[in-house]
Amino acid sequence: MLRTAQLIVAVSLAVALAASEEIPLSERHSSYQDMSAETRAMQDHDAENPGMLWVLDGEALWQTKAGKAAIACAGCHGDAETSMKGVAARYPAYDARRGTAIDLAGRINVCRTDHQQSPELARESRDLLALTALVARQSHGLPIDSDEARLRPFIDAGRAIFTARQGQLDLACAHCHDANRGKKLAGITLSQGHPTGYPLYRLEWQTLGSLQRRLRNCLIGMRAEPYAYGAPEYIALEAYLMWRARGMPLESPAVRP
Amino acid sequence: MARALINAPARARRGSVIEIKTLISHIMETGFRYTQTGQAVPRDIVTDFTATYNGEEVFRARLYPAIAANPFISFHTLATESGTIELKWTGDNGFSATEQVRITVE
Ligand code: HEC
Ligand code: HEC
Repeated sequence: MLRTAQLIVAVSLAVALAASEEIPLSERHSSYQDMSAETRAMQDHDAENPGMLWVLDGEALWQTKAGKAAIACAGCHGDAETSMKGVAARYPAYDARRGTAIDLAGRINVCRTDHQQSPELARESRDLLALTALVARQSHGLPIDSDEARLRPFIDAGRAIFTARQGQLDLACAHCHDANRGKKLAGITLSQGHPTGYPLYRLEWQTLGSLQRRLRNCLIGMRAEPYAYGAPEYIALEAYLMWRARGMPLESPAVRP
Repeated sequence: MARALINAPARARRGSVIEIKTLISHIMETGFRYTQTGQAVPRDIVTDFTATYNGEEVFRARLYPAIAANPFISFHTLATESGTIELKWTGDNGFSATEQVRITVE
């Protein structure tokens, strides 16, 4: 069903992509607003939001000593509620030491390797998702704050990917999330494609997943080749999406159908 | 032990109907899936959920492979007296988890 629908969309969109009109700031909204009342309730109540299971795991990991340094995250950062407040709202961030942009999961892995002297956690592994969810939770409700000045080249690279056609369906991200936002793709209402909820619990996945996993899904839907987890293309897309959603409140751990 | 989230009122009026909502971390592997090399993935699910109120069973459910991961179960019961509501999940591979909530009835 979805495949056929995507083909039809591809054909009708192939005709014209209005040179990627960006969504006016006042018209932006999270796909939370398009969800059913039941799914929204699931996201809103901590005791019913399955994403909170990962936050709890993250709290336990935060206190656990790891690596050759035998030190826990808490050993340097103390209470996550205070030290990590607002942090996720400004990632990806510019890492001056490495001279590049780094996303939140990547930043946590830097602390793993450099500060704890332990191996990196694999992308999408339960532990990395749990720590990311814990850190992201501390920005719940806070506005996204994109460091535009230092991230400019990454935001631009992300926008270039977002508006470029790719894959066998010859679609760009912008075809669905800018030009056709609010319209139906089979039974789904196409959202504006905001990153506000990640990492989030997706009912279809039956688990928590990162923004990169969501982007991977979109790329597969476009029949394009997904990038490797952690690839610079994803970081650039994340930087662009966060800039595009600047000022919108973070909702992690959100719930999506 | 598996992580669980419980939402139950800490206080209730005697004779009122209360709702208890539970969510437990579990993969609920159906047993119907195969790996890329054709190996069957063995079933691993929660099979039973029981709630007791001061030792008396007030709710029981049997779970099956079609139930999604991290099962959410909610039920209603009558607030009769102050005490403890115990929630217990059991399942494949000796899975067992127990949570307790205190309730004050006045
Ligand atoms: C030995 C001390 C140490 C440990 C242990 C440590 N960190 Fe860090 N962390 C730092 C320092 C120092 C920074 C500031 C950037 C830098 O110099 O690397 C930082 C930065 C961060 C940031 C970015 C903060 C920001 O404002 O941008 C996050 C997120 C973070 N750490 C998470 C973690 C997590 C999660 C763990 C446990 C897995 C952890 N850290 C363990 C020392 C530590
Ligand atoms: C064929 C249409 C289509 C294309 C092209 C597409 N997506 Fe999506 N995207 C979807 C659908 C469907 C969903 C899930 C429902 C929704 O949020 O719209 C989704 C969800 C998302 C979300 C999550 C929104 C949320 O609230 O959780 C993001 C972010 C996103 N897409 C970004 C992208 C990016 C970046 C690209 C290009 C690499 C892209 N999408 C290409 C259809 C598409």
